[in-house]
Amino acid sequence: MSKHSSFAKWQENELRKSISRFPERKNFTNHGGDEIPRLAVPAEIDDAYLENLGFPGQYPFTRGVQPTMYRGRLWTMRQYAGFSTAAESNRRYRYLLDQGNTGLSIAFDLPTQIGYDSDDPMSRGEVGKVGVAIDSLADIEVLFDRIPLERVSTSMTINSPAIVLLAMYVVAAEKQGVSAEQLKGTIQNDILKEYVARGTYIFPPQPSLRLITNTFQWCSRNMPVFNTISISGYHIREAGSTAVQEVAFTLANGITYVQAAIDAGLELDVFARRLAFFFNCSSDFLEEIAKFRAARRLWARIMKERFGTGKPASQMMRFHTQTAGNTLAAQQIDNNIVRVTVQALAAVLGGTQSLHTNSKDEALSLPTEESVRTALRTQQIIAHESGVANTVDPLAGSYYIEQLTDRIEQQASELIKKIEDAGGVVACIEEGFIQRQIENSAYEFQLEIERGERVIVGVNQFQVEEKSRTPVLRVDPAVEQEQVKRLAQLRKNRDNISVGHALENLERAARSDENLMEPVLDCVRKYATIGETCNVLRQVFGVYKERK
Amino acid sequence: MTEKSSKRYRVLVGKPGLDGHDRGAKFIARALRDDGFEVVYTGIRRTPEEIAAAAVQEDVSAIGLSSLSGGHVRLFPAVVEALKKFHAEDIPVIGGGVIPDEDVVALKKAGIIEIFRPGTPLKKILAAFHQACESYHHKAFR
Repeated sequence: MSKHSSFAKWQENELRKSISRFPERKNFTNHGGDEIPRLAVPAEIDDAYLENLGFPGQYPFTRGVQPTMYRGRLWTMRQYAGFSTAAESNRRYRYLLDQGNTGLSIAFDLPTQIGYDSDDPMSRGEVGKVGVAIDSLADIEVLFDRIPLERVSTSMTINSPAIVLLAMYVVAAEKQGVSAEQLKGTIQNDILKEYVARGTYIFPPQPSLRLITNTFQWCSRNMPVFNTISISGYHIREAGSTAVQEVAFTLANGITYVQAAIDAGLELDVFARRLAFFFNCSSDFLEEIAKFRAARRLWARIMKERFGTGKPASQMMRFHTQTAGNTLAAQQIDNNIVRVTVQALAAVLGGTQSLHTNSKDEALSLPTEESVRTALRTQQIIAHESGVANTVDPLAGSYYIEQLTDRIEQQASELIKKIEDAGGVVACIEEGFIQRQIENSAYEFQLEIERGERVIVGVNQFQVEEKSRTPVLRVDPAVEQEQVKRLAQLRKNRDNISVGHALENLERAARSDENLMEPVLDCVRKYATIGETCNVLRQVFGVYKERK
Repeated sequence: MTEKSSKRYRVLVGKPGLDGHDRGAKFIARALRDDGFEVVYTGIRRTPEEIAAAAVQEDVSAIGLSSLSGGHVRLFPAVVEALKKFHAEDIPVIGGGVIPDEDVVALKKAGIIEIFRPGTPLKKILAAFHQACESYHHKAFR
């Protein structure tokens, strides 16, 4: 086949199929009336081009996962939100949907994320603070009240107890008359990065991996369009890693999940298409664009060469992006809007499938409604006014971007090999190798700022005296008592005998090698709390202790 | 980094509550160490009582607390209260994290001697630890 015919072939196959399924949004012309090309390609398409870049929607997916990218459909604008009680968060979600948010992203409070009830002594001071407090199905029913779950896709940032929240979501939808197979969305369900970066682990790695493969298996039968994991580099980067480390550690974690699922007897091409990723987008504009392209290519190569799949759906890396929280300054906070704009633009030029833009006041507190709106408007301006969504992967072929893409892929690939040579991710977490790498990068970076070698505008240069106070969102401390009261009511009013039976059955199943999703669903339906459910699993699995 | 590094003070860096954001706490712990302090770092997810008990047991001259979850409102004062139970309220407590302006006054009233927010230069934080340790020793060995 001649080199040029590969382009024609792509147009006839991938492109045509894609356009017939997802027609492009509109005609794309500039102000002068000139047609904007869908995809610019080199005059000569050679082997190196086909091997390293290819066409969008085609292996190795360097240029994006869809043939038409944002011309077919814009990325999902998905703002992470949640605080206080389920009722209060429900109100914020409905506001966001009214404002043009196209998906929900649920933030849970720390007790929920670590499997404690709101009345647990460990929960004191944290209830409803960084997210919504969920104790049982009763709270989830309120959280999604009047939100049409058959239409809205929901992403849930939940890891150790992901199986419990997934079960609650399924049952809440059932009660709305929506079946599990219609549900769209994502559970984060990525425990490995919790041990090195985010901290909301409960159980040790092995039983945690079992919970994850149990959800893969159940969802592949019952929730065919739901993403069963969001393999996350975001928090690794927030903890201080470099861009290369973010890619390497995330993909190494991905390899670990794929291997665990294969070892559990799951079929690769059934679960692999439901894997999703989640990256950070920091301020180094060109490096971030190259990072996304490199990550996509490296994952495709791993899936093809290492795991042997030829299915494009199993090879393509789909990912969510969030702008970098750690780059937000507490000084001259309006500057943060500009930082977020630069980062969001890089994420779009890197080909993200969904995006959260941070709000300007998040170095001070949770964002106010007004600052969240500005953050969402930032995405809408990029989407509708900047023109970057009109053509696919516009920076391909830039000498610098392509060199950087190659370099990041190569360095990340070397680091992954180092982890494998040292026994794999779990061994490296237990030994502390990954944690040390992240800590060292964070330390060096901060010292560079302290020494003034890195300029942070308004922080170590261009400072001004600031007098006025910024209004911030506050979570009423009464929320904790309110939630504790609600929980006491629940414990009084539910059928406690059947709760006991459901929990006993879960314990029995946990001690066997049965899939735990059905027993957990049963606990949820009986209104067992998240704390009660996780305590059963703590007894069986034990708890993870942080390495010092 | 500062000139007063000669005396080797022992300090504790603690993470009260459930917040797992430990980048700041680890950075401060390491920077204190590099500045000549002996540092005990508690790790994440400690109760105020555990932090106070560790401070007493390790005989530290100052405590640094970090929280980015909004839990500071309750958890920082709870550490001061727990120190009182051990008759160790002399140990000075410094706090840092994502903390709005309007909480600073209340926290200082509750006995936290300094609150540092994002963007504070490291040398200012190190100086505060030196000063806290010195004043603690002045009081203790008067």
